[in-house]
Amino acid sequence: MSNQYYDPKDLADFPKITDYATETGDKFFEYYGKATAAGALSEREKSLIALAVSTVRHCPYCIDAYTNKCLSLGVTGDEMMEAIHVGATMAAGDILAHATQMRKIVKKKEM
Amino acid sequence: MDVSKQLEVLSAIPKENYFSCKIEQKLHAQSIDILQLNVGKKCNLSCKHCHVEAGPHRKELMAREVLEKCLQIVTENSIGTIDITGGAPEMNPHLEWFLSQVTSLNKRVIVRSNLVILNDPDYRHFLDLYAEKGVEIVASLPDYHSDRVDRQRGPNVFSQVVAMMQKLNAKGYAQEQSKLQLNLVHNPVGTYVPGCQQSLEFEYKRRLAEHGVVFNQLFSITNCPVGRFLDYLIRSENFDDYMATLVDTYNPNALQSVMCRSTLSVGWDGVLFDCDFNQMLDMPVNHGAPTHIFDFDMDELKKREIVLHNHCYCCTAGAGSSCQGTLEH
Ligand code: SF4
Ligand code: SF4
Repeated sequence: MSNQYYDPKDLADFPKITDYATETGDKFFEYYGKATAAGALSEREKSLIALAVSTVRHCPYCIDAYTNKCLSLGVTGDEMMEAIHVGATMAAGDILAHATQMRKIVKKKEM
Repeated sequence: MDVSKQLEVLSAIPKENYFSCKIEQKLHAQSIDILQLNVGKKCNLSCKHCHVEAGPHRKELMAREVLEKCLQIVTENSIGTIDITGGAPEMNPHLEWFLSQVTSLNKRVIVRSNLVILNDPDYRHFLDLYAEKGVEIVASLPDYHSDRVDRQRGPNVFSQVVAMMQKLNAKGYAQEQSKLQLNLVHNPVGTYVPGCQQSLEFEYKRRLAEHGVVFNQLFSITNCPVGRFLDYLIRSENFDDYMATLVDTYNPNALQSVMCRSTLSVGWDGVLFDCDFNQMLDMPVNHGAPTHIFDFDMDELKKREIVLHNHCYCCTAGAGSSCQGTLEH
């Protein structure tokens, strides 16, 4: 057993998430494959979305995998950082949008 | 790094990951459809990833007698493609003569050019010669971003390649209705493996159109852990990670169509190899097949057993890789 929670080597273990629940796991991979493959959006665009989402979701495995995938598809560091800023601003915006609740309550209750 | 050191480094991966352990049986050639000639290690550039370790200081050049023998062999045998590589092939003083002869055979003749050299007044005449003789040009352009290209290949390489592509396009290369083929080679500017060739080609075409240039096909090639690229992997401490990626993405289907099964590679001195990578590792054909072009024997060579080592993973990772690009589409 490793003495830490996150180990880069565990990325290679990802296909084994089907263990103990093969059918469900296989269905996930089928969905994953379809969702990330080129469609109306290119593989490149989808990889940038995946990178931004994995950064927002703080998943070190996906950040590793999708940084490499973006590199392999010719995406530059500048372009990746732009995508991450979209993710960051969406996360910040979603927090700030929730301030509506606070504002409504404050306005209702304050004299 | 000398060859024995390179082989030592390549042998330092975990034993259970050795290429010889991955493949289920010995690998044999099926035919010789392509004769690839490495006409010399001399080059006007000294790219950071070059597996040939080519450069202006190199002296090795294929002699006329070796080229004459190659010409005789392709004339007498049903070898459909002659693939000329280097170094910069244009720096071999016999190339012009060889092209004038070999292009009369009605076979596919490829020259792998860095294109930068064609800007040099001493070599500019090749531009007309290639177009006139219908030579297919495979040009190296590792990326569509100028800074990345220049980082790998040297200052102003991108702009010089684009300028030469404009001239080639004007000569009819990669134009509709024209037979003149201009293909580009992509290889990663770093220690990662290339992505989907089709996606990369789409992006290359879109970005290069902004520079007013067109090409036919993109060949995406995985960097082989040999020569300068191996040096770089070690220096940047990426060797283990890169090899692990190649091993983890091993694709047994790609093994069936690796280029050595249909190609024979001739070194500058006439020694025969299964591929250009084996050439740089000084591993000639073996297992009883003749090892020099002067002893060429089609029957022996077309079914020879291939000489493999751990660098072979670069041909079998993901969709597979070869001098003609991805193996699986
Ligand atoms: S990669 Fe090609 S152009 Fe660059 S140094 Fe090597 S042979 Fe020359
Ligand atoms: S590196 Fe190995 S698998 Fe690839 S072409 Fe050469 S001998 Fe064949």
